[in-house]
Amino acid sequence: MMSTEARTPMVRLAKRSDMSPRMIWCIRFGSILIALLLGCIPILLTGSNPIAAYEVIVAGSLSRPIYIRQTIRIAIPLLGCALAIAPCFKMRFWNIGAEGQITMGAVFASYFALFWVNRIPHVPLLIVMGIASAIAGGIWALIPAFFKAKWNTNETLFTLMMNYIAIGIVAWLQGGPWEGRKGSQLIPMFNDAARLPEVFRVNCGWIIVLVLAVLMHIYMNKTKQGYEIAVIGDSVNTARYAGMNVGWIMMRTMFISGAISGLVGFIIVSGANYTLYKGVANGVGFTSITVAWLSQLNSFAMIAISMVLAILEKGANTLQTRMQIPASIADIITGILLFCMLSSEFFINYRLIFRRKDEKGKEADA
Amino acid sequence: MEHNPAIEMRGITKRFGQVVANDSIDLTIRRGEIMALLGENGSGKTTLMNMLSGIYQPDGGEICKDGNPIYIHSPREAFGYGIGMIHQHYKLIEVFTAAENIILGLNEEKMDLKQTASKVREICSRYGFDIDPDQKVYDMSVSQKQTVEIVKVLYRGADILILDEPTAVLTPQETQKLFRVLRNMKEDGKAIVIITHKLHEVMEVSDKVAVLRKGKYIGTVNTSETNPQALTDMMVGHAVSLNIDRPKYDAPKKKLIVENLTCVDDEGVKKLDSVSFTAYTGEILGVAGISGSGQKELLEAITGLYSVKSGSVRFIGDDGQEIELVGKTPMKIRQTGVGMAFVPEDRLGMGLVGSMGMTGNMLLRSWKAGKGALVRRKEPEALAGRILEELEVVTPGVDYPVRRLSGGNVQKVLVGREISSEPAVLMTAYAVRGLDINTSYTIYNLLTEQKMKGVAVIYVGEDLDVLLELADRIVVLCGGQVAGIADARTATKEEIGLMMTQFSAKEEE
Repeated sequence: MMSTEARTPMVRLAKRSDMSPRMIWCIRFGSILIALLLGCIPILLTGSNPIAAYEVIVAGSLSRPIYIRQTIRIAIPLLGCALAIAPCFKMRFWNIGAEGQITMGAVFASYFALFWVNRIPHVPLLIVMGIASAIAGGIWALIPAFFKAKWNTNETLFTLMMNYIAIGIVAWLQGGPWEGRKGSQLIPMFNDAARLPEVFRVNCGWIIVLVLAVLMHIYMNKTKQGYEIAVIGDSVNTARYAGMNVGWIMMRTMFISGAISGLVGFIIVSGANYTLYKGVANGVGFTSITVAWLSQLNSFAMIAISMVLAILEKGANTLQTRMQIPASIADIITGILLFCMLSSEFFINYRLIFRRKDEKGKEADA
Repeated sequence: MEHNPAIEMRGITKRFGQVVANDSIDLTIRRGEIMALLGENGSGKTTLMNMLSGIYQPDGGEICKDGNPIYIHSPREAFGYGIGMIHQHYKLIEVFTAAENIILGLNEEKMDLKQTASKVREICSRYGFDIDPDQKVYDMSVSQKQTVEIVKVLYRGADILILDEPTAVLTPQETQKLFRVLRNMKEDGKAIVIITHKLHEVMEVSDKVAVLRKGKYIGTVNTSETNPQALTDMMVGHAVSLNIDRPKYDAPKKKLIVENLTCVDDEGVKKLDSVSFTAYTGEILGVAGISGSGQKELLEAITGLYSVKSGSVRFIGDDGQEIELVGKTPMKIRQTGVGMAFVPEDRLGMGLVGSMGMTGNMLLRSWKAGKGALVRRKEPEALAGRILEELEVVTPGVDYPVRRLSGGNVQKVLVGREISSEPAVLMTAYAVRGLDINTSYTIYNLLTEQKMKGVAVIYVGEDLDVLLELADRIVVLCGGQVAGIADARTATKEEIGLMMTQFSAKEEE
């Protein structure tokens, strides 16, 4: 019998049966604190005081109304795009092509902004741009979904590659048909009529994404389509058993996701950049994956998380100018944050069981 | 002539939760012998051998090699003791060559593929294997892949080989080839165990037969001194009285007619071969067979989840009209007004949504109900509450993820939901697998209750005792064909047991 105990490993994992929601949030919150503590290490390595650095980050992003507006401007596309990705991820369809979907949305919005601006009045023009960008982004996302549904291709690779095609298309437009001044490699700035109006001195995109957050929450939790998505994410076989047309639902969901990403592209070109260039998405499509994961696909948590990441990014820029710490410190802290939050899920689901002392003694006897 | 014992297992016990997979088993494996480990599905054969190969550790008992007690913590350690297992599902890297796969995971000082290849060729010529060490695995047939697995084990110096259902995927010719190789290895003094439930193969290749039944060791006999009938008796045991109530329904009517149903899987293998039977109202139609004989495909084909190559499945409505189900999607079948309920084998992977609570799972049947885009949760919630109360489901609440419930409660949720749809046909696959006695009887009673309401119940089961007491008639499947339809009131366990293995025996003759 002694042999059985001797074989118990030092540390075992056991699945936790249950944990109160309060405890779960405590662990998550604790993981954020640990991430901030770990974030001190790279700051110390640059030879600065971490507390001062964190202060600068917060002050640089929130201490003045103009800073706050700049921070919100960063948060808008992050939130919008995280909302777009959420249904795909809920379905376990790994859409990492938001970058390309944003770009294609931006391209089609730009088309109307550049060539229809004199023919359509302001508000209708913006509406047309919005619709065009949503359709373009949707179709761009639909292509990999179609291949997945039909031939079970790998959606991760497919959506990723679609990004580069989209960016390539913009590069071609920039240097070719849409080039403004010959040789400039730039597309002209939009006319005022093709720019999003500002509300509280920030482009009205923030209203659009907040409305989207509410709509997405309802869509995911209250609608039949949201239910279908949740079932597919849990088990494709169960979905088929329940009579769901899995391929069709995948394509529909990806279209919706791509459409929202496309709309984000429209907000970026029409609300912030006022022009189109190949770096239009600027990594938003990838950073928003972090936002979506950190918020556990919860729409309202995404609002907070996108703000947090925006504060880090904006604050890090200030950090660079004031303390000569590279702005990429924000990316490092974001990475640490993601790592800690994801590991906290491990501790929510499992607990560690250490081998008891007396068993150790027995092993020594054996 | 007795050969030296290589491995002696004494009092080996293994539990998985409440289920005792191996109950104090004694087994001796000898060198220079082929031992067949025989038993029905779920009798604990694979579990027992997994403990020898280091995948599981026993909860009790001891294993001795050449008389010395050993503890095997991992497959690597098992190799150290010269024990190698060839699993049912091959674990090869497709893009590697045979030789690369063979040395994979070995921590040799120098990786010398040339030397490996020549050593592989040497092993092959010694035992009569037929593989090319430089061939890529994706270019190989199933039988060649199996050969690579066997050579891999021999390369690591194993002299005790365990093969888990090695012939399941082989053609008769390939099987003969394998048996020749096994005999060569036996002559070489290796100890060989083959796990199987095919009687004729046992008779053909083995020297000794050890029989397990429901996790218990029944005995070991010399193959030359036994016959298939005696082995079947050992395997299925004598009928046990379970006292399941089996009332008779008065006016049975035809409800579901299955005719010449043939299904082929993605790889072109026939899973169902012109299966025909009729299910009546007020009857529990049992389906027996060794697992993998087409039970899963049969139920999934009827519900529209598995594509049908030919044949028909007709549902007879209350007005006597026949509705063809083949070619319809599950949704279409439901919309046509065919009341069919299905409790699949994979409860959490197919019948339920593990991450959702009872309410969310009730919705699985009614999520489309009503107009508009929003789901209606009121009714499913009430239904969840009703099932919770009536079937005494133990759960913290109707929104608690069903994945976290115990197996019995999971099944109550699933069966409860399916019955609540008031079906005309109720199909269940392994409805009591892994459940304790009390919950099993709850399920039997529910099924009988449904039968007496005039439902046509199709019950796929593995326990012949239960099938014989619960069902009215039993369809026996063997290799995707109907081996026979027996009256459960008069048939004996031995008759059913022989039918279950009938076709595979015929092929050999």
